[in-house]
Amino acid sequence: MIPEIVAPRYDPAAALAIDGPTTAAWLEGFLRDELIGRRNITRAVLGLSGGIDSAVVAYLCARALGPQNVHAIRMPYRTSSPDSLNDAQTVIDALGINAKTIEISDAVDGYLRVAPDADGRRRGNVMARMRMLVLFDQSARLGALPIGTGNKTERLMGYFTWHADDTPPVNPIGDLFKTQVWALARYLGVPVAVIDKPPSADLEANQTDEGDLGITYAKADQILHLILSGYRDANIVDRGFAPDDVALVRRRVDTTHWKRHLPTTALVSATAINEFYLRPVDY
Amino acid sequence: MTNVALVQFKPRKGDYAANLAALGAIFAQLRAAPTDLIVLPEAALTGYFLEGAVYELALGAPAFAADLNRIWRDGGGGTVDVVCGFFENDGGTFYNSALYVRLGPTEPQIVHVHRKLFLPTYGVFDEERFHTRGRKLGVFSSAFGPSAILICEDAWHAITSTVAALKGARLIIVPSASPGRGLSAGRELENVVQWKSKLANIAEEHGVYVLYAGLTGFEGGKGFSGSTCALSPRGEMIAEAPALGECVLRVVLDEAEVDVARSMLPLLGDLQSALPDLWFDPELPLPRGIREAVES
Repeated sequence: MIPEIVAPRYDPAAALAIDGPTTAAWLEGFLRDELIGRRNITRAVLGLSGGIDSAVVAYLCARALGPQNVHAIRMPYRTSSPDSLNDAQTVIDALGINAKTIEISDAVDGYLRVAPDADGRRRGNVMARMRMLVLFDQSARLGALPIGTGNKTERLMGYFTWHADDTPPVNPIGDLFKTQVWALARYLGVPVAVIDKPPSADLEANQTDEGDLGITYAKADQILHLILSGYRDANIVDRGFAPDDVALVRRRVDTTHWKRHLPTTALVSATAINEFYLRPVDY
Repeated sequence: MTNVALVQFKPRKGDYAANLAALGAIFAQLRAAPTDLIVLPEAALTGYFLEGAVYELALGAPAFAADLNRIWRDGGGGTVDVVCGFFENDGGTFYNSALYVRLGPTEPQIVHVHRKLFLPTYGVFDEERFHTRGRKLGVFSSAFGPSAILICEDAWHAITSTVAALKGARLIIVPSASPGRGLSAGRELENVVQWKSKLANIAEEHGVYVLYAGLTGFEGGKGFSGSTCALSPRGEMIAEAPALGECVLRVVLDEAEVDVARSMLPLLGDLQSALPDLWFDPELPLPRGIREAVES
């Protein structure tokens, strides 16, 4: 017998591994170029929910711009979990960034008085859009650029409120899957309590992202990575994933392309914006 | 010996006048030490992702050469050779080009214009939407000697550096704008690892110096991965820059190194003798006319 050398099988987790220092340095460079280089704005403002995504963005902004130039806004609704406020406070304390708490209950309830039949989903969308209204107004008050905190997984799954969570003009983590955000959080030193708690939009009591989505982030990310790399569903199942999970993720991606685009405009000329008249966003 | 300054440049998007002024300041800095050849990246003075604005910012090669000559002359006397990527307007046909120009106290001398042969039009790239591809790979006489320019994807095809070396190039200059991507390769981006591997292969296989000038900075979220570098004819990394941030890389090229490398690893000579058998293989997709000639 002579020795046999067996090639390693596909490792779905390894495919999503990131190098912490490289990732952080790259995203810090992005923030400095987008804010200071392109816009001559030195300050950033972000909604700090107490969750992992906004915590990571706060850390990146503090490293890129200095903590004195970062403004975190906490925007609780009256049903928001107190834990969210507390977790956000640990991030504020750890970084030494500026912070302000603005209750959105009165504003949200003021509208809901004329829409008393709104179900949980509509109420959640109103809260998300109210938070974005506050964030942009605070941006004008502070002379600070709003920074987005949506990750690639929720963008691909359509798990966000259109023209709310996705509105800030700059987003450093929008091309990182949720599991990559976790990895980056560990490198950045985000408080363990924030990293380890179940992700939640905190729009309704006891809500969790993975409960809403019907799949864990770990599985969803690995399937998304393969879908985006061009593999067909059968190829993905061959790599060890359950057909139902693959179908769920594929359906979420395929039914939400519209959420990742600007509104559809009827084309009637040969100079239609972004169709014929093409200029990059930073031109 | 040839004193080279590779400039890892970060343009202000679409602001040609400001970028030209910034380059003037860099020219002034470079005068502090002997400099025979200055190499800049692809699309250095406009930024790379311009989409339809290519038509607004593209220049004729003579006009571009005149602008470079003016900022060189404004800083003092002397001559210097410059390679710089630019979007070229040749009578209404647009190319992604690189100019090799000799600057001095009188008129600039255009030595060579390379028009990018391989226009990436996939994924994040959309070059052939806005540019016409070049049709010729020329070898010209640079400050170092016989040289060729390959712009970005040009250098990813093994055949281009092979053709350049077969035509006599002893130096290959690669102006580039490579969007950084891939975070799992350790302390370098995956595209940088790929680039260094390809550049080392070019240098070692053909016994040529390779000079790579990379654009840096972010354009609409896409960050260019700099990593400007120089490789010896043995494929060794002589000097390299980080991915982010402007800088100048100074290297000295020694003509004798090419002969020594080729004598120790004579792959180019071997190829010259084997080439006819490979090239005139009737199974290759040869152009009409050549195929009939070969078969007859």
